[in-house]
Amino acid sequence: MWFGFPLRPEQASTIAEGIDNLYYSLTAIDLFFTAVIFLTIFYFMIRYRRRSQQETPEQIEGSLPLEILWSIVPLVLVVVTFVWSTSLFIRNARPPEAATEIFVIGKQWMWQLQHPEGVREINELHVPVGRPIKLTMTSEDVIHDFFIPAFRVKKDVVPGKYTSLWFQATKTGQYHLFCAQYCGVSHALMRGEVIVMEPQDYERWLSGSKKENSMAASGARLYDQYACITCHGAGKGPAFNDLYMSKVRLQDGKTVLADEEYLRESILFPSAKLVEGYPAIMPTFKGQLTEEQILQFIAYIKSLGSAERKAAHE
Amino acid sequence: MSQTAVETSPGVNYLNVKYGVKSWLLTTDHKRIALLYLASITFFFMVGGAAAGLMRLHLIEPQGALLEPATYNKMFSIHGIIMVFFFLIPSIPAVMGNFLVPMMVGARDLAFPRLNLLSWYIYIAGGLFTLYAMIAGGVDTGWTFYTPLSTTYANGNVMAAALGVFITGFSSILTGLNFVVTIHKMRAPGLTWFRLPLFLWAIYATSIIMILGTPVLAITLVLVALERLFHVGVFDPALGGDPILFQHLFWFYSHPAVYIMILPSMGVVSELVTCFSRKRVFGYSFIAFSSVAIAAISFLVWGHHMFVSGQSVYASLVFSALSFAVAIPSAIKVFNWTATLYRGSISYQAPMLYAMGFIALFTMGGLTGLFLASLATDIHLHDTYFIIAHFHYIMVGGALMGYLGGLHFWWPKMTGRLYPDGWARFAALVIFIGFNLTFMPQFVLGYLGMPRRYAVYPEEFQVLNVMSSAGASILGVGYIIPLVYFIWSMRYGPVAGPNPWGAKGLEWQTSSPPPTENFEQAPTVTEEAYAYGAKEARVV
Repeated sequence: MWFGFPLRPEQASTIAEGIDNLYYSLTAIDLFFTAVIFLTIFYFMIRYRRRSQQETPEQIEGSLPLEILWSIVPLVLVVVTFVWSTSLFIRNARPPEAATEIFVIGKQWMWQLQHPEGVREINELHVPVGRPIKLTMTSEDVIHDFFIPAFRVKKDVVPGKYTSLWFQATKTGQYHLFCAQYCGVSHALMRGEVIVMEPQDYERWLSGSKKENSMAASGARLYDQYACITCHGAGKGPAFNDLYMSKVRLQDGKTVLADEEYLRESILFPSAKLVEGYPAIMPTFKGQLTEEQILQFIAYIKSLGSAERKAAHE
Repeated sequence: MSQTAVETSPGVNYLNVKYGVKSWLLTTDHKRIALLYLASITFFFMVGGAAAGLMRLHLIEPQGALLEPATYNKMFSIHGIIMVFFFLIPSIPAVMGNFLVPMMVGARDLAFPRLNLLSWYIYIAGGLFTLYAMIAGGVDTGWTFYTPLSTTYANGNVMAAALGVFITGFSSILTGLNFVVTIHKMRAPGLTWFRLPLFLWAIYATSIIMILGTPVLAITLVLVALERLFHVGVFDPALGGDPILFQHLFWFYSHPAVYIMILPSMGVVSELVTCFSRKRVFGYSFIAFSSVAIAAISFLVWGHHMFVSGQSVYASLVFSALSFAVAIPSAIKVFNWTATLYRGSISYQAPMLYAMGFIALFTMGGLTGLFLASLATDIHLHDTYFIIAHFHYIMVGGALMGYLGGLHFWWPKMTGRLYPDGWARFAALVIFIGFNLTFMPQFVLGYLGMPRRYAVYPEEFQVLNVMSSAGASILGVGYIIPLVYFIWSMRYGPVAGPNPWGAKGLEWQTSSPPPTENFEQAPTVTEEAYAYGAKEARVV
């Protein structure tokens, strides 16, 4: 705050300070060069103002050393900025291993947030302070964008695919959650609050909230309901144990990583990537499952172990 | 200036050679077509400006002072579509390019005069479609038409508006083609490439972008239409398409389009700075080639609009690096213009003030671009008011200041009359102040996290929004003043004479307004551009 003016958004995540430092450095570079250009122009315009209508100034063609100088200086500056910014970006892009995963579904014009324990929230996200949280996000209609200014995180939420972001809050409190990608009539109302709590308060909140089945348990229920076991439990289709993040060999000889995107595609478009050794008999579930149910399925498959866990066991 | 003797208007010129509506609507004279464009883009500028005025008025209150959210969304869509496609893209090329390209190369007209008239009719047809879309319910997709919002979910007349933009694109393509051919084939004897005024280098680079980029936009809009009308799955995931593909195609055109808007202004500034400091331009070839470099790099940076779209990290790295690269030719231009002033003979007439305003605001717009080329900071600033502020510094502070500077510079040539210089300088100052007050607070708003395209907003953003709206009202007054004195000058302004600024360049060697055939005799060029030190002027 400066004379009642807000000048800086709250810094409430582990990455906020690093980004702000870069922001201030760029501001300093900006102000410096703006000042250099402005002052030079002002000086020249006064010093070399036209004194008589007849004057003919001496003509100067240019100067190679100067041209080189004012090409090199910006070049060096942008290279330094690029390296600084990019290394920060790459460091910020990777979520820590132990992050808690929360699912986000955007739809016109609300945010639906699913905790792994089965708690579901609308336009509010409760998280514990000091713990890494990873969001896996998709949209039911148009492109939205999940933006928490106080955390300096933002990512588009795209229909038909999963995007993700992560953060670790450093301060308890309430922060804005905005949809930043224009999404139709009530775009400006697609807002919410992120509520950062002490871990013990968070646990209390979690146990006090109305809980449905956990995501994985709901997925297991769907597994029964759609009789997936007929094939996937009987060798007619690939088994799910330790499938997540494993390398799957396809009929065309390629291998793919069994991540969320792959699992989603295999549910909706089973013939897109056929697993080696299995016939193409699975029907599509496109149009039958909601985005939420697909996420529950994926949570269930994840609960059956991952390639990483298997490797750790052996 | 050259007021020593009382100037009189030449007898027969392109304006009074024929009278009547038909003589204008069927003209193939590039100068008359330029004036047709001038009238049409001024009309569209007022429509787009009115939409912006309503938006700023609405935003003085957090809950919105004026409009329904749906109406607000239509306002920013109309503002964007009109200002980008019907004002900024045609502005300098279609008005000053049309008027000046033949005169600067010493030709009688453009290479294809009838095609030139067709371009104007295509532009008007596209504009009418878009106006129809506005009147018959409006469009609420924003000027970016992002899918699947535009194809599946948007209300209103998306197809009519998109068709308008599609049609107008052909006007750009044909105009660009006309300029390229004219600059290649119709230069006067002795006018080599490196004797060309830098305005022509800028127009040439712009034309190349128009010819190469605009078809991609047309293809994209056709795909949107196919999906909306016949449910062919291209962009909509429900139909098996990819919504991100649209963004790639859209920005493949629309980023270079930014340079369609700014490069011609850079060309204008080179003309103004030299004339009003009576100096040849510092580092001619560096300015010329930096235009071409900017045009070339502009096709390789579209991905910086998509850093938060989920595109791959590696793609983002490459796009970030290439976007930073644009900073270098841009910086070279700014430094060379500044150095041109050194030991010059500088006068502060209105066109020069606009040129200085351009350099100042373009510098700030360009430097704030670094925040957005930089991945780590762009994540936070993307889709906030920071973006709005940044591109208005380029598009309004840059492109529009250049346009107004050029208009003030060549107005005496176009009309044969002078406008009141005092009022013009006053207007330049009002615009500069109003502009900064409008858009400077928006940088802060964006950094604080206020997203763009919000009809209502949290209360803590109000102070800055009110400042911005106050600035917009000053800016609005700044635009009305020139409109008044330009219209006044057409009838009552003092007669200008052929060369009121003492400028070099072939267009100043003929009478104002010029005769229909531009020059009494075909000119020959014996010296470089901006030969302000030479004792003898160019031989005509």
